[in-house]
Amino acid sequence: MLDDFFIRALVAGIGIAMVAGPLGCFVIWRRMAYFGDTMAHSALLGVALSLLLELNLMVSVFIVASIVSLLLLFLQKRGALSTDALLGILSHSALSIGLVIVAFMTWVRIDLVGFLFGDILAVSEADIDIIWGGGILVIFALVYLWRPLLASTVNPELAEAEGLQPERARLFFMLLMALVIAIAMKIVGILLITSLLIIPAATARRFAGSPEIMAVLASLIGALAVAGGLFGSLHFDTPSGPSIVVAALALFVLSLVPVGRRLESASHSSHGGHH
Amino acid sequence: MLNYRSPETRPLVSLNNTGVRRNGRWLVRGVEFSINRGEIVTLIGPNGSGKSTTAKTAIGVLKPDEGHVERVAGLKVGYVPQKLAVDWTLPLTVERLMTLTGPLKGREIEEALAATGMLHMAKAEVQHLSGGEFQRALLARAIARKPDLLVLDEPVQGVDFSGEIALYELIKQIRNRTGCGILLISHDLHIVMAETDTVVCLNGHVCCRGTPQAVSRSPEYLKLFGRRAAGTLAFYSHHHDHTHLPDGRVLHADGSITESCFPGDGHHHHDETEDVHDHDPDCGCGHHTRLQGFEQAEKRDA
Repeated sequence: MLDDFFIRALVAGIGIAMVAGPLGCFVIWRRMAYFGDTMAHSALLGVALSLLLELNLMVSVFIVASIVSLLLLFLQKRGALSTDALLGILSHSALSIGLVIVAFMTWVRIDLVGFLFGDILAVSEADIDIIWGGGILVIFALVYLWRPLLASTVNPELAEAEGLQPERARLFFMLLMALVIAIAMKIVGILLITSLLIIPAATARRFAGSPEIMAVLASLIGALAVAGGLFGSLHFDTPSGPSIVVAALALFVLSLVPVGRRLESASHSSHGGHH
Repeated sequence: MLNYRSPETRPLVSLNNTGVRRNGRWLVRGVEFSINRGEIVTLIGPNGSGKSTTAKTAIGVLKPDEGHVERVAGLKVGYVPQKLAVDWTLPLTVERLMTLTGPLKGREIEEALAATGMLHMAKAEVQHLSGGEFQRALLARAIARKPDLLVLDEPVQGVDFSGEIALYELIKQIRNRTGCGILLISHDLHIVMAETDTVVCLNGHVCCRGTPQAVSRSPEYLKLFGRRAAGTLAFYSHHHDHTHLPDGRVLHADGSITESCFPGDGHHHHDETEDVHDHDPDCGCGHHTRLQGFEQAEKRDA
C-alpha cells in the first residue's frame, strides 16, 4: 500500500502534524513564532551543506537548525541587539547563505521549489520510518519535559525557584524544534514549517480548557489540515506545503465562527489577559 | 517537606554578605540575614532597592556575585513572583495552575484553595481573575505544595486595604499552622505585617533592620486603621541619615555627597559592624530607628 506516493505523503504528513501540534502550542504560548521561522529558514543552509559534504539531509538540517538556535541563545545572553533584530539577521542570512552555496554547486541539480514549499512526490518509505520514529521520540520527550516546560512558560523564575531547571527544558525544547523542522521539511517546505506549528495550535485554543487538551486538539486539527491539503494538492496539482497551509487556515477561520458559548469566551478573551 | 519540628536549629536560608552585580553596577550589596523555621522576615525598601533581587538570591534563582548563600539541603520553596503574566493563548484554570510545578492530591488542592477563599473559582481561567483574586490563586498554589520556605514578592499588590489585612491574616495562619519560614517583600516602606520577626530595610544595601512596633501600641494609628488592622499591621518606624539621590549618589546627613554608601567604598559615617546590627527601637544607638521618626520619615517620603 505504501508504494503509492500519495499514501506515503499522507502517512508522513499526519505523523508530522502529530508532533507539530503540542510543539506548536509551546511556540505560541512562549511567543516564539519568529524564532521557529528562523530555525526553519536555516534548514536551507542544512540542505546546501548536506549536498556539499554528502551528509544525510535530515541529519544535516537538524545540526544546522540546532546550531542556529544555540547561537541565538548565546547572542541573546550578550544582550547587545534586541531578539527580533537578531532573529532577522540569523533567519535571512542562513537562508541566503544556503541559496548562495547551492548556486555555486553547478554540478548538482536540486528542486529548490520542492525544498521551499514541500513536495509530496519526494517522500520515500525511509522518510516515513524516520518521521514516525523521530515523531515518537519527540512525543516521549515532550511528555517527559511537559511540567518543566509548561511551568517555565508561565514563569521561568518560578520554575527555577521550585526546582524545575527551566534552562535545561528550554534547551531540549529547541532541539525538539530542530528535529521537527528536519523531518517536516520535505512535506511542508522550509518557508512554511512554522505555519504547521502555529495555525493548528491557534485553532485549538478556542476549544481547549487546559494546556493538555489544547496540545491534543492541535495534533488532530493539524492532521485534518494535512489530509485536506494533500488531497487539494493532488487534485489541483499545487505544491503540497501551501495547500496544507490553506487547509489549516480554512479550519482556523471556521473556528472563529462564533457559536453559542464560544461567542462568549471569544469576547472574554478579547479583553486581554491578566498582566 | 522537611520536618520543621526537628531539633535542628540551622536556618533554612542564610545570606552572608551577598551582592549581585549587573552590567558593572551593584544592584544590591552586603546583604546579611537568615530565615529560620516559623520565622517571618520582611524586606522593605524603595523601588529598585534590590528587594526582589535579594529574594531571588535567597532561593537560588540568581547567583550572588559576592558572598554566599547557604540553604538547608532539600529545601522546598513556594514562590509567588512579583510579576506574572499568563498569555491568553494558554488555557489555564485556577485548578490547573495549582499543579504547575509538581503533582498534588485533589484534597491538597481543595484545602489550599479553601484557605485562600478561591475554592469557588477553581474552574475559572486565570486570565479572567481580578488582581486580588489572581494574587490569592498564586498564594494558594505556593502553599499547596507545603513548602519549607514561602517567598512572597509583594503579595498584596492590587489588593485593597481590607483585602491586604485578610491576606496578612492568612499568611500568619499559614506560618502558625505549618511552621514554614516566610520571606515577605512589602511595597510599603512603613507598614509591615505585625507578625514579622525581622524587618530588613534595603536600599542597595541593608540600610537598617529591626523589629516592627505593633500598631496597637499607638492610639492614633489604631484610630486610623481600626481594631482589625491593629492585630495585623505594624509600623516599622525608621529614619535614615542618608538619602539615595536619583543619579545613584548618596547625600549624607552632614550635607556631604558620595558615590556610594557601601561601607567598603570609601567615605562613610557608619562603621561596618554598626551598619547591619539588630536592635530594638529603644536600643539607643540613635541613628537607625527612632520612636518619633515615623512622621518625619513619612513627610520626607511623601
